[in-house]
Amino acid sequence: MSIETTRTTYNYKVVRQFAIMTVIWGIVGMTVGVLIAGQLVWPQLNFDTAWLSFGRLRPLHTNAVIFAFGGSALFATSYYVVQRTCQTRLFGGWLVPFTFWGWQLVILLAAITLPLGFTSSKEYAELEWPIDLLIAVVWVSYLIVFVGTVHQRKTSHIYVGNWFFMAFIIVVTVLHVVNSAAIPVSMWKSYSIYPGAIDAMTQWWYGHNAVGFFLTAGFLGMMYYFVPKQSGRPIYSYRLSIVHFWALIATYMWAGGHHLHYTALPDWAQSVSMIMSLILLAPSWGGMINGMMTLSGAWHKLRTDPILRFLVVSLSFYGMSTFEGPMMAIKTVNALSHYTDWTIGHVHAGALGWVAMISIGATYHMIPKVFGKASMASTKLINIHFWLATAGTVLYICAMWVNGILQGLMWRAVNSDGTLTYSFVEALEASHPGFFVRWLGGMLWVTGMLIMAFNVWQTVRSTDEVEIDNTIPQAA
Amino acid sequence: MSPFWSAWISIITLAVIFGCTALLLSTRKSEKYKEATKETTGHEFDGIGEYDNPLPGWWFQMFMGTIIFSLIYLVLYPGLGNFKGVLGWTSTGQWEEEVEFANNTYAPVFAKYAALKPEELLKEENRPGLLMGQRMFANNCSVCHGTAATGAYGFPNLTDKDWLYGGSVETIKETIANGRIGAMPAWGSVLGEAGVRDMTSYVLNLSGAADVDQEAVARAKPQFQALCIACHGAEGKGTQALGAPNLTDNVWLYGGSYEKIAHTIRKGRSGAMPAHKDLLSENKINLISGYVYSLSNKDK
Repeated sequence: MSIETTRTTYNYKVVRQFAIMTVIWGIVGMTVGVLIAGQLVWPQLNFDTAWLSFGRLRPLHTNAVIFAFGGSALFATSYYVVQRTCQTRLFGGWLVPFTFWGWQLVILLAAITLPLGFTSSKEYAELEWPIDLLIAVVWVSYLIVFVGTVHQRKTSHIYVGNWFFMAFIIVVTVLHVVNSAAIPVSMWKSYSIYPGAIDAMTQWWYGHNAVGFFLTAGFLGMMYYFVPKQSGRPIYSYRLSIVHFWALIATYMWAGGHHLHYTALPDWAQSVSMIMSLILLAPSWGGMINGMMTLSGAWHKLRTDPILRFLVVSLSFYGMSTFEGPMMAIKTVNALSHYTDWTIGHVHAGALGWVAMISIGATYHMIPKVFGKASMASTKLINIHFWLATAGTVLYICAMWVNGILQGLMWRAVNSDGTLTYSFVEALEASHPGFFVRWLGGMLWVTGMLIMAFNVWQTVRSTDEVEIDNTIPQAA
Repeated sequence: MSPFWSAWISIITLAVIFGCTALLLSTRKSEKYKEATKETTGHEFDGIGEYDNPLPGWWFQMFMGTIIFSLIYLVLYPGLGNFKGVLGWTSTGQWEEEVEFANNTYAPVFAKYAALKPEELLKEENRPGLLMGQRMFANNCSVCHGTAATGAYGFPNLTDKDWLYGGSVETIKETIANGRIGAMPAWGSVLGEAGVRDMTSYVLNLSGAADVDQEAVARAKPQFQALCIACHGAEGKGTQALGAPNLTDNVWLYGGSYEKIAHTIRKGRSGAMPAHKDLLSENKINLISGYVYSLSNKDK
């Protein structure tokens, strides 16, 4: 390992740490997902234990994949990208390792408290107030490190990837602080400060922007670096990136109300959230177009480069789920799809197809570079991982489409006397085959992640070392 | 909402929409190249260049299309603060229309059986009406009483002949329409723990359980006579007018084990059957009553 001096080299240590944790938390989070998917097929898998019951493990799964796996991937890539595109070492001194250890502590506390049943019961914000405070401190530190690094850049402009990373970090700070505002009644119990429908609206303003900024803007930042880098092509259109960036962050903020169609939310708020969700289609697709068109002229590389395949397929799933989202936000469609498995399929089209695939592609790109190796140990294993992940995602989404539409139609079917044709249990029974296929898709995903872990391990311990390229170019 | 908040919502909603539109149009207007180009902006970041390509035409049109659709939507439907939209649509109005549609469509189906006494549903020729009662039971009652109406812990079995409030059709209708509140007071503080245990033995003895401590039964007898007979009767056979259960038939709403009975005596119980007269029409209640009656009168 080369000796890093603080003036002339990039800080890769924190990137290495977060990159390794991305793989580990990916396996943990997805394994919990497969377990709860299994519980829906074989309910005995809760082993009659409260700690392993679906209601407690489900938030553990979502928190682990979004904030532990996705979060670690975002930390790793944003720290890597911001240094290389600003040509400067990370700002913040001890704050940098603090973000790593602080974030790992948050994850550890989540993994302990959620199975014990401590929850604020707000979706994707289940962690109780002491952990929320820690998250706020770590996140503000991240903000300081990132903005500080951008501020001391040696380039004249700020690269588009960093706009997205910055929007993601700033907005998540606001979302987390506002939505988690609560009055503690004991060490592990608090109540939201918002009443009734306002609480619901605040929660889904948070919930949908967690999708919009954590799972979209952040990963678009990733996309804007790793797609051109891996394909060796310039970004397709700078103008497009400007328009879609500002339009995306302006309209995403409004879309959350579509989670509350036909509820106590006032009609005007439902309408506004619906039209903003529709307007969101074009800005979302702007990112997909910029990524896809960047590859034009480099399509032949797809034949030999499975890392690039991960990136391209992630953009395809991104395009598909950002079309599906606005469509599901239309009230008429929502009346059928809401509360069904369709929503879960939609989330996973984004979470597996887009977020996980692009993170995996980026990690495969980054691991050899930050560990000073010529390449990943096995390209063949990356290819196997790619096919497992793609097949797993397709199985998952298709199963949930079928289940979702089935459930929606069964719930609304009425007899000639106006009574419901099916009881809830009948719709549940009919969903059983889909639950099995979903579990199978999840199994493929976990298998792929284990192969990735093996490949990463082989790469890290390989003797095929090259000099680490972490020298900061001195003349911009 | 106040005029201030109405204006606030309208202004920022339109500002976002027109802001996006202005950005889109100005970027398109300022394009240096109208066709695909190999020219870059000149920036380079870690070896990544940026082409100065124009916005894709189809994408621009799609963006404008969603904006135009949205503006039309905001004219037609409520969205801009207090402005109600020119169609006058409300979600409450939509719901009322659907209820009215359902009432108009399904009322004739029920009207056919309106004149029928519930017990007449047992006749073969009225079987369609009985099945309607069964379907409404599945929709409205099965959550607590089970799809087969066999009940659950705390919810009575409706298929046996053991009735808390009586099993005549009229009583069943009364129960469904107006609901019931069953309250067993807590006697723990009156009897003391030893007294609760003695009374448990007494109650078990009433239902003919084997191996009951007869000395405890004897000790509890005066207390039972003093405290319990007002509702459950001197012989413990219950009083339907009060909904007080028969304690001698070994049918238990809250469990018949020693510990469960002790808990019932110590802490009391309170059960609630919700009133349905505001939720279901009289004709519907009639049919459900007939169905429930049929469950324990299949032989008739």
